[in-house]
Amino acid sequence: MATICAVVATTHHPFYLRASTAPPEERPPFADEWVGKVEAFRETLARARPDVLVMVGSDHFHQMWLDNLPQFLVGKAPFYDANYYNEEREFGLPRMLLRGQEDLSTHLLREGLDAGFDLAFSNELRVDHSITCPIITLRPQNDLPIVPIYTNIFAPPMPQPKRFVELGRAIRTIVESWPSDLRVAIIGSGHLSLELGGPRQFGPHGPDPEFDQKAVAWIASGDIDGALAEVTLDSLWLPGNATHGFMDFMLMMGVAGAGRPADYVDTLDLFHTMEAYFTWYPNGVDQ
Amino acid sequence: MSKYLLNKFLFTIDRDPELVERYRDDPRGTVTWWEAERANAILNLPEAEASTWLRFTDEEREALSTHDYPRLFALGAHNFLTLTLFIALFERDYAEPLGFQLEYARRLADFSLPYPDIST
Repeated sequence: MATICAVVATTHHPFYLRASTAPPEERPPFADEWVGKVEAFRETLARARPDVLVMVGSDHFHQMWLDNLPQFLVGKAPFYDANYYNEEREFGLPRMLLRGQEDLSTHLLREGLDAGFDLAFSNELRVDHSITCPIITLRPQNDLPIVPIYTNIFAPPMPQPKRFVELGRAIRTIVESWPSDLRVAIIGSGHLSLELGGPRQFGPHGPDPEFDQKAVAWIASGDIDGALAEVTLDSLWLPGNATHGFMDFMLMMGVAGAGRPADYVDTLDLFHTMEAYFTWYPNGVDQ
Repeated sequence: MSKYLLNKFLFTIDRDPELVERYRDDPRGTVTWWEAERANAILNLPEAEASTWLRFTDEEREALSTHDYPRLFALGAHNFLTLTLFIALFERDYAEPLGFQLEYARRLADFSLPYPDIST
């Protein structure tokens, strides 16, 4: 059976590429610290020696639209083109092409459906920065095949937070039952408190630093019950109007397992939002 | 009230570089044209299989026609769609990095929680 070599949860800040590659005169003052933290985080994935990446993210109204919006979707294709004109325009993100691990997509869909998750699928999916930002930060050589999984954290009505946790648990079990000798890293990207298109956006910190501290503690300690006791679809509007992206972190807590502390935790307090990076090694890692 | 249609306008303009420029230069004309020609197109269907019932309210049409993003926020347009498109329209007019984004936040400063509902 496949080995889950790493579980990784990360924010996806679309400005990282631009901040880290800007010429010296345009380089923001926080760029060096940010690059240092991202490179250290990248090393936590490299040490796990993955062969395949399961990438959990959320389409930002690119290919998914309100006339036909899946709650959870698994890509099943040999390739995924990536990034969109408006991401190139706003963030300077490049067009990319990622390879797909189609047999793992097939396995996830079949087993996920049989486990009670009515997963949508796509045979022609163009992924966006929720998938590509973690590739840029964690695996910039973009040399590994992926299975993209999209969640709806964007358009009400959304699934309940506990459903994200349950799907994370199911993904863990299903990947572990994949008849393969490959090493799989499961990577998910979300947000801590975040405001987009509201009065609290683009402040000197994230819109709710107190929520961010609590959220980091939940994730770092694997405190799923603590998170579920406080986080509801209604409560997530309060820390910032785009904070439902935290449910992707809750999904990753489900993958990592209740009560399982992260093996690596780092944060960076930036303008607009806090960056947060977590890695678990379910089966240990070579020192 | 047709929050869905507001969002559909923002979504379909934002993804087309030519329409972004057209909406920046001629908001009222672009909204009039779009409502007549595009509002009822179902995005993954042939033109002949369009809807027949979608139209803006007067208030929605006016908000779009005047680039009035605080009003769009009040009407429950999706905050991400409005922000993304309006950055494309107006960021270029501000010398400082994030100048428009901060002005945008200031213009919404009178809103407090709970914000207008974006459910469609």
